[in-house]
Amino acid sequence: MQPLESWGRYPLARQAAVPVHWRSDPLPTVHGTLLPFGQGRSYGDCCLNEGGTLLATSRLDRFIEFDPGRGVLRCEAGTRLGDILAFAVPRGFFLPVLPGTRFVSVGGAIANDIHGKNHFRAGTFGRHVLQLELLRSSGERTVCSAEQNAELFAATVGGLGLTGLVTWAELQLRPVQGPFIDTETVPFSGLDEFLAIDADSSQRYEYTVAWIDPRRRGLCGLYFRGDHSARPGKAPPPREPAAFPFDLPEVAVSGPTVAAFNALYYARGRLRSGRKLVRYASFFFPLDAIGRWNRLYGKRGLLQFQCVVRDPAAVRALLDRIASSGLRSTLGVLKTFGEVPSPGILSFPRPGATLALDFPNRGADTFALLDALESMVREAGGALYAAKDARMSPATFAAAYPRAAAFERHVDPAFSSSLWRRVRAA
Amino acid sequence: MRRVLVLGATSAIAQQVGRLYAARGAELFLVARNEERLAAVADDLRVRGASVETAVADLDDAGRHEDLLARAAPLDVVLLAHGVLGDPGETGRSAEAAEAVLRTDLVGPVSLLTRAAQRLEAQGSGCIVALSSVAGDRGRGSNAVYGAAKAGLTAFLSGLRNRLAPAGVRVVTVKPGFVDTPMTGHVAKNPLFASPERVARDLLRAIDTGADVVYTPWWWRFVMLVVRLIPERLFKRLSL
Repeated sequence: MQPLESWGRYPLARQAAVPVHWRSDPLPTVHGTLLPFGQGRSYGDCCLNEGGTLLATSRLDRFIEFDPGRGVLRCEAGTRLGDILAFAVPRGFFLPVLPGTRFVSVGGAIANDIHGKNHFRAGTFGRHVLQLELLRSSGERTVCSAEQNAELFAATVGGLGLTGLVTWAELQLRPVQGPFIDTETVPFSGLDEFLAIDADSSQRYEYTVAWIDPRRRGLCGLYFRGDHSARPGKAPPPREPAAFPFDLPEVAVSGPTVAAFNALYYARGRLRSGRKLVRYASFFFPLDAIGRWNRLYGKRGLLQFQCVVRDPAAVRALLDRIASSGLRSTLGVLKTFGEVPSPGILSFPRPGATLALDFPNRGADTFALLDALESMVREAGGALYAAKDARMSPATFAAAYPRAAAFERHVDPAFSSSLWRRVRAA
Repeated sequence: MRRVLVLGATSAIAQQVGRLYAARGAELFLVARNEERLAAVADDLRVRGASVETAVADLDDAGRHEDLLARAAPLDVVLLAHGVLGDPGETGRSAEAAEAVLRTDLVGPVSLLTRAAQRLEAQGSGCIVALSSVAGDRGRGSNAVYGAAKAGLTAFLSGLRNRLAPAGVRVVTVKPGFVDTPMTGHVAKNPLFASPERVARDLLRAIDTGADVVYTPWWWRFVMLVVRLIPERLFKRLSL
């Protein structure tokens, strides 16, 4: 039983949902369009299909084959990354690219061609997909990889679920010696200090990310960097977290409480700065400790803003604009994408700095800020991330994804999404 | 090393029980009707650490039962997990539909478990676990036939437990409430629904701890106690 809403809970969409229980089953016959739905962890409307049908894949979660010699796992597309880690880590393997939550499906990771804290080394998730099977509405099943049916593969990776249903995927895992991460936390203030720490860290560490708080008095943040520890050991797989039980009233996440939270978080980070050995889950997935934390933002939900821009001056301008808006964000993240090319036609990651923030949905004020940020990104030649987006205009999408027309040829005629209809509106 | 026969291995609950056993490195003998689905489940459990044999069979066909048990033997655990809900409207109108539900949910299981009981009794050890249902605790107008089949199965298991106890063979009756599985795919989900993972954990704990009858989730025991206490004069007027 999952709520079929996106993680941001904005916008709301009405649609049917049909569970897919077996990869050998044909697609259901429905009126209207189809869209695969994994764990509902994308934020805006790329996992929604107003007036259509969602193919719920959470039960498509079987392993198919594991080759411990090569570290290759084939599994069904609804398998959650956290379940792969729970299986792989005791066997000495790890996923090469991880997002900020372990509750995403393989299919979702492919459809959004997700990135992690090691983009500058590993690139996106799609680079580690050796092959996948695509079930189209014609009933045809096509195995795709970078070599075989390469164009359809490039369309499906980052293809927002629009090219058909991915039934299974084969993933290249990487070896690890144990479940621990050697981490270091470095407090910083100002963008220049971030850039200096980042330039140095990306040479020496595999994983880097910064939590930031853009304030009127200037940016402050905590820089986290880490490597897999050589220390062997057992780590019980993390438990399913208790879900946050109800929607908080909107005053709970408002200017003063966010400011207080951020001040406390920063102070705590400063106190605890330095080196530490932690389990992988607490390094990669700190937010997973509370299930359904999106309820903290109240019934109207939250809007994420994630962009990538090449020029640090553009990052500075965006941060200044956010700071002067008076709207505060609890989960600001800043990191750097490297030069590793992304495999998908619509992949988001490209060289530059990526900035992600979430804002509680307060209607007009929030939308005005997001509109302003969007046009700044467009002018800077950057891109917004579809997996986080509920608002970008067709013009912004077209500018950031110039190969959309080439992609569109591969869209399955029976598949669509709320996001796709929005960004491709004439 | 445990050797487990799973009857109805592609059912949602059986798949989750299989995963728990696979994590323990058990030997599994899986039986199901659909070859492709059975292969998908078998591969999953193999990757997760089980050693797996499979047999494709329609368990309504009692002629296959002896052969299946012979191939699966020797056994430590027999898990009976197959069943159908039946369309309540159809089973209410059609005697043939009602009989089909009784065959799958009661007649077949009695045949299988009678044969399993013979073998376990002879070896003087082992455990029979069967998925009955809270629906067998009291007949309701909306699923009288399914309820009757499960009531019959519950009574049969109780008798079997009584008979096999001196031989050192255990019988566990598992009574799930509403479970979010393909069997209930057409029913609107509410907070009373449990996940198949939850039911599987409760089932395995019952095998490990020596319980006789388990409700899963546990609070169904009290819900059904109340349901059984409602006087028939009143109960017959309720819309259930």
